[in-house]
Amino acid sequence: MNMPLVKTEPMMAAPARPAAMTATVLPLAPPQGPPLAKRMLGWSREIAARLVPPVVVIALALLVWELVCRKAGATLPPPSKVINDTWELITHPFYDRGGLDKGLFWHLSASLQRVAKGYALASIVGVALGTLVGQSTWAMRGLDPIFQVLRTVPPLAWLPLSLAAFRDGEPSAIFVIFITAIWPVIINTAVGIRNIPQDYRNVAAVLRLNHLEFFWKIMVPSAAPYIFTGLRIGIGLSWLAIVAAEMLIGGVGIGFFIWDAWNSSHISEIILALVYVGVIGFVLDRIVAALANIVTRGTAAN
Amino acid sequence: MQPYLRIDHVDKSFSRGAVTTVVLKDITLTIDKGEFVSIIGHSGCGKTTLLNIVAGLASVSAGCVLLENREVNEPGPDRAVVFQNHSLLPWLTVYDNVRLAVDKVFGGAKSRHERDAWTLHNLDLVQMAHARDKRPGEISGGMKQRVGLARALAMEPKVLLLDEPFGALDALTRAHLQDSVMAIHQKLANTVLMITHDVDEAVLLSDRIVMMTNGPAACIGEVLEVPLARPRKRLELASSATYLKCRQRVLEFLYERHRFVEAA
Repeated sequence: MNMPLVKTEPMMAAPARPAAMTATVLPLAPPQGPPLAKRMLGWSREIAARLVPPVVVIALALLVWELVCRKAGATLPPPSKVINDTWELITHPFYDRGGLDKGLFWHLSASLQRVAKGYALASIVGVALGTLVGQSTWAMRGLDPIFQVLRTVPPLAWLPLSLAAFRDGEPSAIFVIFITAIWPVIINTAVGIRNIPQDYRNVAAVLRLNHLEFFWKIMVPSAAPYIFTGLRIGIGLSWLAIVAAEMLIGGVGIGFFIWDAWNSSHISEIILALVYVGVIGFVLDRIVAALANIVTRGTAAN
Repeated sequence: MQPYLRIDHVDKSFSRGAVTTVVLKDITLTIDKGEFVSIIGHSGCGKTTLLNIVAGLASVSAGCVLLENREVNEPGPDRAVVFQNHSLLPWLTVYDNVRLAVDKVFGGAKSRHERDAWTLHNLDLVQMAHARDKRPGEISGGMKQRVGLARALAMEPKVLLLDEPFGALDALTRAHLQDSVMAIHQKLANTVLMITHDVDEAVLLSDRIVMMTNGPAACIGEVLEVPLARPRKRLELASSATYLKCRQRVLEFLYERHRFVEAA
């Protein structure tokens, strides 16, 4: 671009009349936003607008539940009784009286560890297989039908088979998590890889990127939004599957805790455990979503 | 003297099942070092296919492409392409997009510091150094195309291939970029092969204009020398008789003798 030459004449003329140059400097007031108090009010309004609706809805739901379950002959306890019954569990999550008589923290942490192992395995194997299926037409034609059939098998249906194979509850539970979480990871990764624009492949070809460079510099960043969609679905499914699996395999874990509470007719404990399961599932989902946001920043914007 | 780039009796056809479509038929073209050649033709005539063949992104069905007497059959940085839709990697900054190419091409030959300086030098050349830390999503279409040009220039290609580089830009931005390309060509004396469908652009920038007939089986219809002295000034040319005559020739070729048939 030919930038127009800056006109120099006025600048050259300036020293001839220095008197004209002595302009008074007007002090500019520093830029002022609204005062702090007003901004605080704005923020608190914003926060209130977000917090009030869920609080109101939850309060109403609890009220209805309380009213419905308070009547004589109700099969489920009202919220007030749930809190009363489980107060010890809520306030002492870390107690450990040996065996299976542990606080909720230990049950949840055992479940989370199983999910962590199975899910980590599923992520690695899933991304690898997804890349293979996405990149190679031959692999896709060979593997895709198998994947499509196997992914519809319900998680728990794998449990007897894995118990037979591993002859132990712990690896079986991890395997069930693995097999549950892997399908969305494979399928989404494969779609992401297949959707890498031809333009990026052309760029890589002109630059003569080798396979490893292509994988790290083009494939992973380009497919990252898809991969993370798969990972996010996967974490949700893992958490769904672990509770069911643990009910069957026993041992320490939130699933077993629920089943044990049912066997001892501690309905309030079941309700408390469900609240914990829900909250943790939500948090897990948010963690993966936040991770996706960090990793794929810039990728989605185009 | 051997020509620098030689496209020698190139045919290109695509087969789908039993049906074979001939896209290019017997294309022969030689380009000298430092020459700026444009290929013009109606859309769908196979211009981009021809460029892709020179780039090595597509293979020939018959014939060959020789660059400095070496056959071209795979892509490489000696034939850098500026793609029509910029093709910048959206997750990399402007600097990193160019740096990726610099690192790949000069990874062994230049030190880290030299590569950094070379990246900035090329961004400077297209006047994009100010946006080095922006991502492609944050800059305008014209700016993206400039960065794409910087990336191609940074590879120090033997032939610079421009695939309708300004097709998607508005007229003002396009004029700015054409001036930039002219200035860079003046300065670096690159050998350039440009695909375009803009008659003014072809006449303004090129030493020779290759006019292609309509496909299928498109071939070179006519080659026009543009005997205008460089550096060329857009405004002065508007009233130049030679310029108008060249423009007229291309227009006649495209709109009278090889009218684009919509139904084809």
